[in-house]
Amino acid sequence: MWGKLSWQAIPFHEPIALVAGGLVFAALGVILTWIALKGYMPYLWREWITSVDHKRIGIMYVVLALVMLLRGFSDALMMRAQQAVAFHAPGFLPPAHYDQIFTAHGTIMIFFVAMPFVIGLMNFVVPLQLGVRDVAFPTLNSVGFWLTAAGALLVNLSLVVGEFARTGWLAFPPLSEITYSPGVGVDYYLWALQVSGIGTLMTGINMVTTILKVRAPGMSYMRMPIFCWTSLASSLLIVAAFPVLTATLGMLLLDRYLGFHFFTNLAGGNSMMFMNLIWAWGHPEVYILALPAFGVFSEVVPTLSGKALFGRRSMVVATLAICVLSFTVWLHHFFTMGAGGDVNGFFGIASMIIAVPTGVKVFNWLFTMYGGRIRYDSPMLWSIGFMVTFVIGGMTGVLLASPAADFLLHNSLFLVAHFHNVIIGAVLFGGFAGYTYWFPKAFGFRLNEALGKAAFWCWFVGFYVAFGPLYVLGLEGMTRRMQHYDRPEWHPWILVAGVGALIILCGIALQIAQLVVSIRNRAQLRDETGDPWDGRSLEWATASPPPAFNFAVLPRVTGPEPLWDLKCRARELGRLVTAEPPYEPIEMPRNSATGFVTAFLAVVTGFSLIWHIWWLVIVGLAGAYLTFVVFAWRDLVEIIVPADEVAELDRANRAARAAVLASGYPR
Amino acid sequence: MNTEALRAPPTAYPRHDTAKEVAAFEVTGHGIGGPAPKRIIVGYGFWIFLLSDVILFSAVFAAYAVLFKNTAGGPSARQLFDLRSVAVETGCLLASTFACAMAGVAVSERSMKWTQLALLVTGLLGVSFVFLEAHEFTGFIARGAGPTRSAFLSSFFTLVGCHGAHVTAGLIWLGTMMAQFRAKGFREDIRLRFLCFTLFWHALDIIWVAIFSLVYLVGTLPPQMLP
Repeated sequence: MWGKLSWQAIPFHEPIALVAGGLVFAALGVILTWIALKGYMPYLWREWITSVDHKRIGIMYVVLALVMLLRGFSDALMMRAQQAVAFHAPGFLPPAHYDQIFTAHGTIMIFFVAMPFVIGLMNFVVPLQLGVRDVAFPTLNSVGFWLTAAGALLVNLSLVVGEFARTGWLAFPPLSEITYSPGVGVDYYLWALQVSGIGTLMTGINMVTTILKVRAPGMSYMRMPIFCWTSLASSLLIVAAFPVLTATLGMLLLDRYLGFHFFTNLAGGNSMMFMNLIWAWGHPEVYILALPAFGVFSEVVPTLSGKALFGRRSMVVATLAICVLSFTVWLHHFFTMGAGGDVNGFFGIASMIIAVPTGVKVFNWLFTMYGGRIRYDSPMLWSIGFMVTFVIGGMTGVLLASPAADFLLHNSLFLVAHFHNVIIGAVLFGGFAGYTYWFPKAFGFRLNEALGKAAFWCWFVGFYVAFGPLYVLGLEGMTRRMQHYDRPEWHPWILVAGVGALIILCGIALQIAQLVVSIRNRAQLRDETGDPWDGRSLEWATASPPPAFNFAVLPRVTGPEPLWDLKCRARELGRLVTAEPPYEPIEMPRNSATGFVTAFLAVVTGFSLIWHIWWLVIVGLAGAYLTFVVFAWRDLVEIIVPADEVAELDRANRAARAAVLASGYPR
Repeated sequence: MNTEALRAPPTAYPRHDTAKEVAAFEVTGHGIGGPAPKRIIVGYGFWIFLLSDVILFSAVFAAYAVLFKNTAGGPSARQLFDLRSVAVETGCLLASTFACAMAGVAVSERSMKWTQLALLVTGLLGVSFVFLEAHEFTGFIARGAGPTRSAFLSSFFTLVGCHGAHVTAGLIWLGTMMAQFRAKGFREDIRLRFLCFTLFWHALDIIWVAIFSLVYLVGTLPPQMLP
């Protein structure tokens, strides 16, 4: 009846996992009870869970990312603590548990922190910047988000029911094959990623279609904001790379469930084929994450320098060059496979070439700042911190791209330091820059600057203290994923790295404090006009938070910085440029529970596949089909926002802007 | 370096007459005229999905190419494949696509009778295809050439089976589509959905052509002609 599932699946013998999992789900329970008791459930259901509004979905993505960041960071702290005490000693985490922790850390940080963070920002910002009302497929957007959340839930379920993979974050065979990993850990990993991967693919398709087909009148390609360009490049990479991940993990699933021989040691299987396939997804994935972050900096730097972006056209070309080149470098993740000097040489050079367009971007940001009137608000600090950190990470990357050096540094802590250097330096700093930059747009009030700056400095310093030592350790020959060690020269560096992790912990605590304090003081921090940073692109041309329909009338775009142009003319004229438009009723897509129900069924199906509860698999799939039929059968797809309501919201915003204009701001 | 250019206040962009510009560029399809009509958006989005599906298949094709010779002492492609049955399968699938195109004509003529009939023929031919494929698979398994026998057979069953699974999913969609036409008539959203279905059905043909040539035709070549 219940497949492999029994009471033994609850890890009573691993108190740390049980307590951690128990706490997570207890906290979840407390929050849900509080919401239910306060009577917020109907509001939550109506306004958020069933919402197909790209802004709401974007915010939910970011919330998911930040919550999962806490989980992934707890794993990081445990690893640092284990290595700090495991010198000539077993430490407090037995190998079986330690291996699950580093696997979960990598999986969670990439798939459930970095991905939802950048996709959330894309979702929130792109339609606003394009000057339109929503993405191309609003309900599909909701399904994509909820499937990602379903994957995250499956990963977290493994804390308390069963175990997680002990294979490392990419589950390399033959270790991940059923022979060597007979437990359910790898199955949790695989089904969680299959479910969330489909969600990501849906979002990629949606974004490509939105950016190419749904833009405000007059917005030619070269007038699109750079963030839209990088989102387009990133979404194209999602569409081109994620199917490869789905196929590869599908093959591993067939090996594990049905005894196929794709990657086994027996019957002609080829485990190096897995490396090639997974990295054919994995390297583009790096740019799927990094490009939107580059886009954030390309928005923050011009705005807070009071200057147009330097070299717009070259920025676009560099973005697309990275987009294409990202598919030509995957083999540098396993130079040690022994493909031979010519193959390794090709991939080494291709990897180094990527530094060129990236360098173009860095110079563009620097030249944008040059001669500008720079405001050192926290988004700008994150951007500058990124430039410094990312250049160092990029240079260690070019070093690793040389096969000769890579043979020495492969799988050492030098590599670990390198990719944290680029992922934290670019993706996370970019995410935080975007979070502070667009927060007032999302909620109508700014974040507390003092705490934001303090958080930045903790992250920035903490990063160097935590990962600088790992470079040294890598050069000293320490490999990654060690549960214990006995080399005395490593120990002090490990301790320093642990201190770095604690400094980052302070940064995270400050960010939580920043959020709490800002919500409390939201009256003082209110953004009246919808343009708190003196912005240049269209997302600042509407109120904060924007109405559900974003714009009362679709803006007409006449240049790459439409809002800036408009403000310049308004200053010349001394009044708002456009007269009050004739307001018309607006059609908006109706809410839909399809996404939430699908995700619920995906969790049921995934869970029952993991535990071999076959009847429940059939129930889950049949339910999913039924959900789609119900969705396809509905007759009313849109609601009408009456013209009066549109007029009321827009008049309020116009009045606020006119008042600010009269008072002499914007400068 | 011209530092003045860098310092110049970035205020003055040439001001364009958007309306005139839009009129001039609308025909290019570059989206300068504002959001595209729903028909374009839906079709375009579905094309992007189909491209992603083609990439999924290309990964499986690559795995098949890598594992083609890894028969582990088991039967090879040449020993197993029967081109006659595959030819019949191909005929079914291509005829099914023809019927699907006929359904497209019937929809544009708003003829419910012919739409349902053409879709029924599409479905029956699709079912025959799946049946023939299942027959081929069970035959292989009965001869001890199942997917667990060798890496070659694993990849063969996965590649061809993945296409078969797509056809099966398409058949479920087709049945739903027929019911929808019946219940809702030729409403615009239903027609758009049907447009997506035809695109899907044609794409499966294209995949099959690749499978037919690269798996079955190449697989039955004499060994000295293989690379």
